[in-house]
Amino acid sequence: MSSAMIDRILDAVIDTFYLVICSGVIGIVLGIMMGVALYVTRENRIMALPALNRVISLIVNVGRSVPFIILMLALAPFTRWLVGSYIGTTAALVPLSIAAIPFVARLVEGALNEVPHGLIEAAESMGATPWQIITRVLLPEARGGLITAATITIIALIGYSAMAGAIGAGGLGAVAYNYGYSRYNPMVMLVTVLIMVVMVQGVQMLGDFLVHRSRHR
Amino acid sequence: MIRLENVTRVYGQGAGAVTALKDVNLEVAPGSITGVIGVSGAGKSTLIRCVNLLERPTRGRVFVADQELTALNKEALRKARHGIGMIFQHFNLLESRTVRGNIGLPLELIGTPRRDIDQRIDELLELTGLAERANAYPAALSGGQKQRVAIARALASNPKALLCDEATSALDPQTTSAILTLLRDINQRLGLTILLITHEMEVVRTICDQVALISGGALVETAPVGDFFTRPATEEGRLFLNDFLQLAPSNALLQRLSDGGAGNGVPVVRLTFRGQSLSSELMTHLEQRFGLRLHILQARVENIQGRTLGLMIAEFDGDRDIIDDAMAHLHTLDVQTEVLGHVQRHD
Repeated sequence: MSSAMIDRILDAVIDTFYLVICSGVIGIVLGIMMGVALYVTRENRIMALPALNRVISLIVNVGRSVPFIILMLALAPFTRWLVGSYIGTTAALVPLSIAAIPFVARLVEGALNEVPHGLIEAAESMGATPWQIITRVLLPEARGGLITAATITIIALIGYSAMAGAIGAGGLGAVAYNYGYSRYNPMVMLVTVLIMVVMVQGVQMLGDFLVHRSRHR
Repeated sequence: MIRLENVTRVYGQGAGAVTALKDVNLEVAPGSITGVIGVSGAGKSTLIRCVNLLERPTRGRVFVADQELTALNKEALRKARHGIGMIFQHFNLLESRTVRGNIGLPLELIGTPRRDIDQRIDELLELTGLAERANAYPAALSGGQKQRVAIARALASNPKALLCDEATSALDPQTTSAILTLLRDINQRLGLTILLITHEMEVVRTICDQVALISGGALVETAPVGDFFTRPATEEGRLFLNDFLQLAPSNALLQRLSDGGAGNGVPVVRLTFRGQSLSSELMTHLEQRFGLRLHILQARVENIQGRTLGLMIAEFDGDRDIIDDAMAHLHTLDVQTEVLGHVQRHD
């Protein structure tokens, strides 16, 4: 491999990090908010609003049922309106973040469902407000599940970002497609794949470590 | 301190509606301990959850510390709940917080300054004997220690009343007894009013001043514990008590009873002494005055809140009219007698 190719791959790694980290942060923050909303508005919960719950649930289901590659294309006008272009690394953040939100929301809802109901009852008996229950009981008690959700999301985003790369977002996906596939350079293909495997492995190990540390048992 | 007025709780509507509580009236005096006892499904849990409105009664009014909780809006109810502690069968501690963190939670909720919280935690750790486990996580604690943390947490905001929802049902007898001692101690030291629900007679007997028996969602009998154990006023009360105090004939005796006395046998009598002791004086008296010989087969004496309850199964050996006289005399002494059957004379 030429040194130019090595530079290209290093740049691509940085682009991939940029894509995954930015869309991960946006997707996880908004996804947690949406997941909490899904949890608390369900019937008999602390902010029961069944009608709103059905609407959020529908949005999440629609968001999750559209394949990422289609979502990316479908969102192109919105992306152009938001960031001025629908091609490029920053533009790819829009569909990546939007794809991550409902994904995270369902995982967060699942993690919150694991918090024993008795804890919420105990907090209510102490006179906690719904907001206090969310911030001091639900989220801290679900911490392990939330970290697992974040880990799964980041790994999914590494895959999605490569897909986005194939249509102009840059990153490892772009290098693999443009040089490894189109110009038939198996070495580039192999190296990019290996880098992605290492990234996924690293994220999973970090996630496992954090989950382990968050468990006090 | 706690007063329930005609509290009714119905689940569901129409034909499928289930009435979990029916017109419950209950008053818990300030500084006293009241136990609501009943079999599972009787409505105990619903009752205690109605006190702090974790469940809202369908009808009726709930007062705690002269404040009608059922008339409060959400915000005022939350404030009122700061003055009512609650502990649970399964402790409900936050696994993500240490013992200190759990105890401090109610104070964080009301915005107490950090320094005051820490000071209060130290006092409570001392009170509940947890000082050495202050920085442990709940997962590392035993059941009894967890319940102590829960008690400390419930006391953090200086409540006037404490609700205990089957607080000892998940604990072994020894730990139960230690937790009950702690509750009694807190009740006496802090003058805290306690309402507890339990299915264990032993809990009521050990620490309660007043007992309320719940059956099918209704309170069937409310009485001071000493009275209830020695003189239950209702049939339900007697049945419940009998299950607890059962002095059942042994298998050997049952065998003899079924063989029967065939005409010339002697009666086997179960005597229940309430409030007075099974004194040897009485035995002597029966022998000397009536010439009746008692063969005591089984006996048991319980002390309940300073009142004695004695149970005895004995053969009454003597002539028929002597036995009748002795029985009549026992009734005048308020000793309850029940002839279980007849057996052949011992010798």
